[in-house]
Amino acid sequence: MMGMTMAEKIIACAAGVENAKAGDIHTVELDRLMSNDGTTHLTIDMYNNNLKNPHIKDVDKLVWIIDHNIPSDSPKTAASHKKMRDFAKENGIKFYEGEGVCHQVMMENHVCPGELIFGADSHTCAYGALGAFGTGVGCTDYLYAMVTGTSWLLVPETIRFNLTGKLPEGVYARDLILTIIGTIGANGANYKAMEFAGEGLHNLTMSDRISICNLCVEAGAKTALMEVDDVAMEYLREHGREPKAVFTSDVDAVFAQIVDIDLTEIQPIVAKPHFVDNVVPAKECLGIKIDEAFLGSCNNGRIEDLRVGAAIIKGKKVSPEVRFLVVPASRKVYSEALSEGLLDIFIDAGAIVMNPNCSVCWGSCQGVIGENEVLISTGTRNFKGRAGHRDSYVYLASAATVTASAVKGEITTADML
Amino acid sequence: MNDTFSGKIWVLDDDIDTDIIIPTEYLALKSVEDMKKYAFSPLRKELAGQIRQGDIIVAGKNFGCGSSREQAPEIIKALGIKCIIAKSFARIFYRNSINNGLLLIENKQLHDDAVEGDIIDVEVNNAVYYNGREYKISSLPQNLVDIIEAGGLVKAMRRRNGLD
Repeated sequence: MMGMTMAEKIIACAAGVENAKAGDIHTVELDRLMSNDGTTHLTIDMYNNNLKNPHIKDVDKLVWIIDHNIPSDSPKTAASHKKMRDFAKENGIKFYEGEGVCHQVMMENHVCPGELIFGADSHTCAYGALGAFGTGVGCTDYLYAMVTGTSWLLVPETIRFNLTGKLPEGVYARDLILTIIGTIGANGANYKAMEFAGEGLHNLTMSDRISICNLCVEAGAKTALMEVDDVAMEYLREHGREPKAVFTSDVDAVFAQIVDIDLTEIQPIVAKPHFVDNVVPAKECLGIKIDEAFLGSCNNGRIEDLRVGAAIIKGKKVSPEVRFLVVPASRKVYSEALSEGLLDIFIDAGAIVMNPNCSVCWGSCQGVIGENEVLISTGTRNFKGRAGHRDSYVYLASAATVTASAVKGEITTADML
Repeated sequence: MNDTFSGKIWVLDDDIDTDIIIPTEYLALKSVEDMKKYAFSPLRKELAGQIRQGDIIVAGKNFGCGSSREQAPEIIKALGIKCIIAKSFARIFYRNSINNGLLLIENKQLHDDAVEGDIIDVEVNNAVYYNGREYKISSLPQNLVDIIEAGGLVKAMRRRNGLD
């Protein structure tokens, strides 16, 4: 029998079969079902109006999180939140509101290695940082899974990334994943799993790993997966959880492609408007004037990112031409940043510190930019109109590059300040 | 599903993302009917008003990349688009489209030749015909055809369970 990849093993386990190989379609049992206020109201409408016998197969699998528009910005949003809140209460669904961006809340509280998780949000692939198969679905697929506990999945081929070495000083996981997306393209991993392994992986923190896996959907990936090592197990222990199963790809597993990456060669990167794969070395963007800078999101709003930003801005001021938004990814991160004095540093520098939410990363609620304005962001996407006006411009970069640019008023790297 | 149909084509580029299809600021509107006039507005403000029932979108690679928002295929369907023929589709959008009864066809060549406003003929599961040329397309498995024909996954399940 041929060896299997991590993705094949997780699907085989969830399908209750010995063997799964890329190209097979399996009916799988889902371990967890995450949904947020982006689309849950649509799921509830379908559940209430279109089913003969509406029921939830296993309510313990469901996690609902209000994060996209919290606190609500209009009566319409408030009504949609109430619908979600009431439904969760009536049905005993695990529910979070104001606790943080959904993927960060899931990593802190729920995701376990070996699990197969559907999230009604494209960045669900973040859960691969803990060796779980997370994949984004729409609300119809979510509804089906909620009612039956199952769904169907095409087993993806895997692109394996073998990491060696260590990221240089001043270079971050965001620079690495933007480099990878720039290399393989915005659909370079379409329908595929992106697997990360190798000794270089051990040099990456959990925060780095979440940042890398989270962005893999921007290369089209169905999921991202990382080998579970001591760093991942330690994170799990700290958060009081146990793995469902720890899988690694067999030595004779079949990969669609194997890519070797030397972390020591990565440099600061910026993704220019309007595509995530439109990447250039940050040095090529020096001097571009910005109107707003955003440090936050499920990609780079963790305590590690805030520490990087605070170290750069300490004793300096945000440029008077710039609004600098700092948004911790969760209440836990917020609280840690508060007790470490990081929020004082940001506030003293003139930043606007906000409550944990998706913020301008998805162009709603707070910080939306106007016509011809330029934003530099640690958010997930830079699509045309993503952060506000159809004629506005979003550059994506690391927490360091974003913070340094907020100080300078134009795109710059931290070492140039 | 009609086995053959014709339609006027609208030609779009590579990487048409979900924020182009329906920008976040309009997602709070009450219904897909309210949202559909803003479809594609960051790219071509006038396009939604020009699309007529039965028209076809021809696009480049990676159509529908980005968010899992299911309003994206719903809105395209509500505009009257009969099908989208693209070089490739992003996977979440692909699943969401099937689940909403929107036909998607992959073809690597048509987009390079297509001129907006022309008429093409589609023979489902076989080929597209345009300017005297045949463009082969692959066939869909029957279970997906059943879902598209019923108008989406929920409607297909209702039909299977004898509710409709």
